[in-house]
Amino acid sequence: MSTLVKNIMRFVLLILVQFYVLDKIHLHQMVTPYIYFLFILWMPFKLGRTLQMLLAFLLGYTLDSFRHSPGFHSAACVLVAYMRPFLINILIPQEGADANYEEPSAKSMGGFFPYMIYAGLLSLLHHSWLFFLEALEFGNFWYFIIKTLLSTIISLLLIFVAELLFSRKQKFRTNTV
Amino acid sequence: MRNVFLFIRRYANFLFFLLLQVVSIWLIVQYNKYHNAVGSAYMNEITGSVNKQYNKIDNFLQLKQKNELLQKENEKLRNSTAENFTSPDTSSKMIADSIPYDTLGHYRKWLYQRAKVVSNSVTTQNNYVVLNRGTAQQLDKDEGVVDPNNSVIGIVTEVSANYAVVMSLLHKDSRISAILKYDPTGGGSIVWDGKEPNYLSFINVRQSAKAKKGDTVITSGITPTFPHGMFIGTIDQVTPDKSTNNYIIKLKSAANFYNLQYAYVIKNYQKEEIDKLLEKVKTKINN
Repeated sequence: MSTLVKNIMRFVLLILVQFYVLDKIHLHQMVTPYIYFLFILWMPFKLGRTLQMLLAFLLGYTLDSFRHSPGFHSAACVLVAYMRPFLINILIPQEGADANYEEPSAKSMGGFFPYMIYAGLLSLLHHSWLFFLEALEFGNFWYFIIKTLLSTIISLLLIFVAELLFSRKQKFRTNTV
Repeated sequence: MRNVFLFIRRYANFLFFLLLQVVSIWLIVQYNKYHNAVGSAYMNEITGSVNKQYNKIDNFLQLKQKNELLQKENEKLRNSTAENFTSPDTSSKMIADSIPYDTLGHYRKWLYQRAKVVSNSVTTQNNYVVLNRGTAQQLDKDEGVVDPNNSVIGIVTEVSANYAVVMSLLHKDSRISAILKYDPTGGGSIVWDGKEPNYLSFINVRQSAKAKKGDTVITSGITPTFPHGMFIGTIDQVTPDKSTNNYIIKLKSAANFYNLQYAYVIKNYQKEEIDKLLEKVKTKINN
C-alpha cells in the first residue's frame, strides 16, 4: 500500500495503542511506557526536515489533547524529530546509503546495533525532555532522573517487541544515486 | 537586510525547531489552574467522542461490578425515604407528603446531576476525569463532582457542549477545604503530593485537633463548591510537623480513583449569589 496511507494508519494506531492500552497499565506509580514516538523513528528518510518536525508536533499535540496535558509531548516529539537527521547521518555507515531503503529499520541502518543505538538515544532524549519539563513544573527534581532511566528501559523493551512483531519488509532500491 | 534573510535561510531548520519548541512551552506555561488553552474545547469534543466509543466496550466488561454498586445505592436510598420510619405511637404514621411545603417554603440549594465517566487517569502528575455531560445538559464550570457514595472526586474545570473535564483530587493544583468528622475544630486543606494515587495529604490542621488513624475526613462546606459532609477519605497516618504547629496527615481517599464509573455533579443554586457578594466586597476593599 502507498506510503501515505501506511503512515496515516501508523499515526492513528500508535496514538490509540498508546492512550488506550499503555496509559491504562499501572506498572509502577508514575512510570508509563511510551511507544507512540515510534512514528517519528519510522518516518521515511526522504521527508523534508521541516515536514518531519511538523508531523512530530502534530503527533505530540494529539497525545496531549487526549491526556489534557498542555505542551509536554509536543515539545519532546519536536526535539526527537530535530535530532533524528543528525543521528542518522552519524550512524549510517556510508554516504548516500539512506537512499537505498525507505525508512530506518534494523536492515537499512546496517545492522541491529546501530538501529538500537538510534532508537535508544532518541528514546532517552524524548523521555528526559518530557520528564524534565514535568519536573520543572512540579518541582520533584530528584524523581525525574530515576524516572527517565527506568522509563527509557521499559520503552526500549517495548520498541524491541514491536520491532519483532511488525517486521517491515524493506526493499533494496537500486538506481537511487 | 539581505544579510538577515541569508542568516534566516542558513539556519531555517534550527529556527523552525526553536519556533515549535517555543509554541509547546507557551502551551505549557499558559496552563494555569483553570487551563484556558487555545482550541482545547474543540479538541475536548473530538477526544471525548473517541473516549465514548472506547468506554462502551470497557463498560460491557464491568457490568457485574456496576450492578452490585447500583444495588447498594438503591438500598441506601430506599432506606432513607420517610415511609420506613414509624413512631412508637401506633395511632400515627409518618409518610412523605406530596407537597413539601412549610410556612417558610423550600428552596433547593443543591442539585445532583448524574454523569458517566468516559475517561480517567491516575498515572500522571495532573490527572483529569472526563464526564459524558456538558453545557447542553446544564453542566457548568467550577461545580463539585462526587461518586455515587458521596466521595469527592474533583472539580469541573472545563465544559464543552457534551463533555466536561474534571480536575481530580490527584492533581497538583487541587485544594479542597476539609474538616475532621468527629472533631470539627480540626480543619485544613486537601492536596496531593504527586506520589501515590489514592493517597492524599491533609495539611494545615492544628495540633490541638484530635486526629488518629481511621478517622473520617469530610468536606467542610465553607466553599460553595461542595456541600458539607461529602467524604474525602480516612486517616492513614498522622505525623506532627516540626516546623509549624500543625499535623501532616496522610489520607486514604474514599473514592477509588482506579475505578471510577459514575459520578454526580453537584450544582449549587446559591453559588452565583455568593460569588457576586464576594466580588462586591473585594471591589469595596480595593477602592
